[in-house]
Order: sequence, then structure tokens, then C-alpha cells
Amino acid sequence: MKQASEIIQTLQDQFPDQVVKSSQECLQPFVVVAPDAVAEICAFLKNDPDLAFDTLMCLSGVDYKNSKKEPERFEVVYHLFSMRHRHKIVLKAELSREDASLPTVEAVWAIANWHEREAYDMFGIHFDGHGDLRRILCPDDWVDYPLRKDYVQPETYRGMPAAPAKQFAERAQEGEDLGTDPFSAG
Amino acid sequence: MQVEAYAGEEMVLNMGPQHPSTHGVLRLELETDGEIVRNVTPHIGYLHRCFEKHAENIDYPGVIPFCDRMDYIASMNNSLGYALAVEKLMDLEVNERVKTLRVLMAELNRIASHLLSVGTYAMDIGSFTPFLHCFREREKVLDLFEWLCGARLLYNYNWVGGVSHDIPEGFEAKTREFLTQFEPVIAELDKLLSYNKIFLERTADVGIISEEQALSHNVTGPNLRGSGIAWDLRKEEPYSGYETYDFEVPVGLGEHGPLGSCWDRYYVRVREMEQSLGLIRQALERLPEGDVHEHIPRRVRPAKSEVYDRTETPRGELGYYLVSDGGLIPFRVKVKSPCFTVLSLLPAIAKGGMVADIIAIIGSIDIVMGEIDR
Repeated sequence: MKQASEIIQTLQDQFPDQVVKSSQECLQPFVVVAPDAVAEICAFLKNDPDLAFDTLMCLSGVDYKNSKKEPERFEVVYHLFSMRHRHKIVLKAELSREDASLPTVEAVWAIANWHEREAYDMFGIHFDGHGDLRRILCPDDWVDYPLRKDYVQPETYRGMPAAPAKQFAERAQEGEDLGTDPFSAG
Repeated sequence: MQVEAYAGEEMVLNMGPQHPSTHGVLRLELETDGEIVRNVTPHIGYLHRCFEKHAENIDYPGVIPFCDRMDYIASMNNSLGYALAVEKLMDLEVNERVKTLRVLMAELNRIASHLLSVGTYAMDIGSFTPFLHCFREREKVLDLFEWLCGARLLYNYNWVGGVSHDIPEGFEAKTREFLTQFEPVIAELDKLLSYNKIFLERTADVGIISEEQALSHNVTGPNLRGSGIAWDLRKEEPYSGYETYDFEVPVGLGEHGPLGSCWDRYYVRVREMEQSLGLIRQALERLPEGDVHEHIPRRVRPAKSEVYDRTETPRGELGYYLVSDGGLIPFRVKVKSPCFTVLSLLPAIAKGGMVADIIAIIGSIDIVMGEIDR
């Protein structure tokens, strides 16, 4: 088992140009790496016998738009765990919101295939070299990426109303005539 | 098997979305060659209810009922994971009574969940009686929950910093009564189903998950333990006081065929119910005094931070990745569902088998579509 500081140090030694920054003051220490080098770094993390990160616990997209405290960007976060050595690290890649693409890691951990599809489906992040980059949770012909912070919900989907119907109370408050009450009708 | 000898015309077969053995709304696109499955493509998303989008629009405690609705078979475990993750963000410590009650409810729910899994699995395979036995017992657990918090499936029980209700008077005695009465049922299940010749023939040589595949696909929970890896978060990264309990982690042994088969996964669940019984007994014995609302914060507002927290649900490792920007609503909630990861492995293990084996495999990995699609 290695401490997070040792793992970060190894990464900095191995990839001096690709490690952008790291932090150990937070709850779970993380490393920010250059997006283009993600696949290479992940392969190293998995294959190095002292690190041996054999599982990808979670892969998430995060959209930092409208955040009061963070600059605007996309982030892809990899939570890694080593079953052999029982240590963890968090890997992050920062992308611009305009041109969000980075290499796939599906060759490293098979589960990344589905996680990346989900990130593509929800955020429109492209994973270069991915074998099967289709939408996974939304319908194939869904427009736009729902978990982006500037997502606008469509009015209709294939002619069906997609926005939630207004409640009766809401409609009455807006002054709509909902008809007479059947019990009080004279 | 001489598979090539059968090679004939290929047919595409849609299994689901409405098929009782797909355990929810799952569509499998099978490319079949006679009875042989050449390829499987799972299509998911039919139950997508935008959990993550909802969570970004309501305050932290408001997310809990949505968590319940992900894996509706084991709601107690789902909300527990979320409550623990938020507590970790806020650096909040709950009192011993809350911890013990959480363990108690999580284990009761684990029994209920495994009973459903085992019972419906038997039914998938073609044995109807065990299903009735399992559901009879599950009803009793649900009755206890109804008495506890008024709901049978979606409890909204684990809150941030506490639980919604203390146990009613007489609950302990009734739970003990259930335990005494339930214990022989597990032995009964062994007689009725586990070593049944037909059941063994259908499951013990099918759907082998190797250790390497399991790790690469991040298979967790009973499915991973079925492949012989003793990995349980309750032991390895204990939460809610699990480190103080005495219990074992059952693993698959490959007694009736190759290690990691459907039968191994099934049997791990049966053995886990026994362990849960022990955990509940210990929890009831120690149940300390305390106020379950003592640490519930007036306002849940974590500082700017993020955490990935995972807990062991009946289906495996459920992870919550929470990002807080210091506001009253979560900035991002991502759920790593254990069923999602194991379903991604289905094409790899089902390829080359028979169509009927698909049913055996899906039942044995115990998926809940509500959690996969969120």
C-alpha cells in the first residue's frame, strides 16, 4: 500500500510535463493531468507493479459552468483503486467546454467503455478511439446533452410533450378556469 | 462443444424490454444461430428518470427519496450510502444509536433483497415453489419496515445526520421473533433448491466470470465474491461501525463446477443471509440509548469540497461522487451503480452459450434496472 503523496510523486517523476497540478489538502487527494496523456498515464498506473491500479471505481463528467468558485470547464474524473495494494488515487482531466475530447481508456479497464458512453451521453464529451460511442441512457435521437449546466429541456420529443405537466393547483393559481366543481354544481 | 457444426442462418432476436426474466425493463439484442448466442447487445435506459439532473436542483436532504427509488429492492442501503457521503463532506459524526440502527436496517434490507433475488432466480430457472417461500419471508421484513417508518419499499429512513424514526416499542422483540423463525428457512432453501439436480445442471457450469474479467469490469458485491475474491467493503473499508461486528465474508468455492459460475453467485447470497442474521442479532444486543435526531443539522451546507464514497449494498459497491460548491444544493451527484458495471460484462460471458443460459446468467447477476438507468 502506498500513500497518495508517494503515488503523486511517482507520477510527477514519470510524466513531468503532463502532470498539471495536484492537491493533498482536500478529502481525497487528486492529480490533474493533461487530457491528451490520459490513456498513457492510465496504462502506466495499471501496469506498474508497485501501483497496479486494476479497477476503475468510477468515471464521471462534471460541468463547471455557472459555478461561483471555479473557472468554466469540463472535467473528467477517474477514481482509481488497486485491489492488489488497496490504495486509491483520483485522476482528473480538464477540458475546454467548446472542444471537449480526450483519448479513451477502454483498453485499460473494460468498464470504461460504458462509463465513457454515459459521459458522452450526458455531457457530449468525445472519447477518441472509443469503439462504440453511442448514447447509453437517453434515446438515440435525443438532442443536446442533459447534464450540461446550460441545458434547455425540449418542449416535445417526437410529438410527445416532454416538459412536466402543470399541477392543478398551479393552473388554478394562474387564473385558469378549471370548470365547476362537480359536487357543488346546482 | 462443436459449435461450428450447427452454423446456419443467423437471426436477430429481441429479448425484452418487457420480459419477466430480464428483471425490469432491459432489452437484449441477441444474434442467434439456432439456439446458440453469437452476440449480445444490452440496450438500457428505459427506466432513466434523470436522477443526477434532479439531484442538481434540490437541496441535499431532498435527494434521499430519489436515492430510494434507484434500487427499490434495497432502499435502506441506497439512502445509507448517500447519507454517509454527505456526512463525510460535512465532517459530521452521528451517535452510536443511529449507527446501530442503520446497520440493523441495512442488514434487514439485505435479507429482503437477497430473498427476492434468490426467489426470482429460482422462478427464472423454472422452480416456482422456492419463490413463494422466499416472498413469504420477505413480506415479514417489509412488515417490520412498515411498522418502523410507514413505507414498505421506499423508506426515506436514513437522513443526513440521523434516521427519520426511532424504532417503535416492541420492535426488537418482533425482529428477534423473525430471526428465530427465519433461520431454519435458509436450511429449507438448501434442501428445496440449492442442491437440486436440475438447478445445479442449469447453473453450475454457466456464466463463468474469471477474476481478471471481474476486476476489469469492476464487478463487485456477491458477483465478485462468487468468483472467489473475498472482498467486502464492510470489512475492508468499514462504515457505520461495521468494524465492531463479528461476521464472515462468504465466497464462491466452485464446489459444483468451475469457480465463478451462476451457482456460486447464487450460493454466496444464500450464505450472506446467514451472516446478516448474525449482524442483526449483534445490533439488537448492543442497541445503545440515544436520540436519533441529535445530529441532524438544521441546514445541510457542506463547504466547497468533493468526495467519492462507496458502501456495500446487496448488489455490490454503490458509489456516490458528490461535488459541493458551498451551496445548499449539490453541484454534481454521480452514482456508480454496481448493476451497471456487472451488466456491461454480460456480452462477454453470454457469448457462445445457449439462449436459455442468458436467463440463468441475468438472474444470477441480480440486476435492478432502476439502479442501472437511474
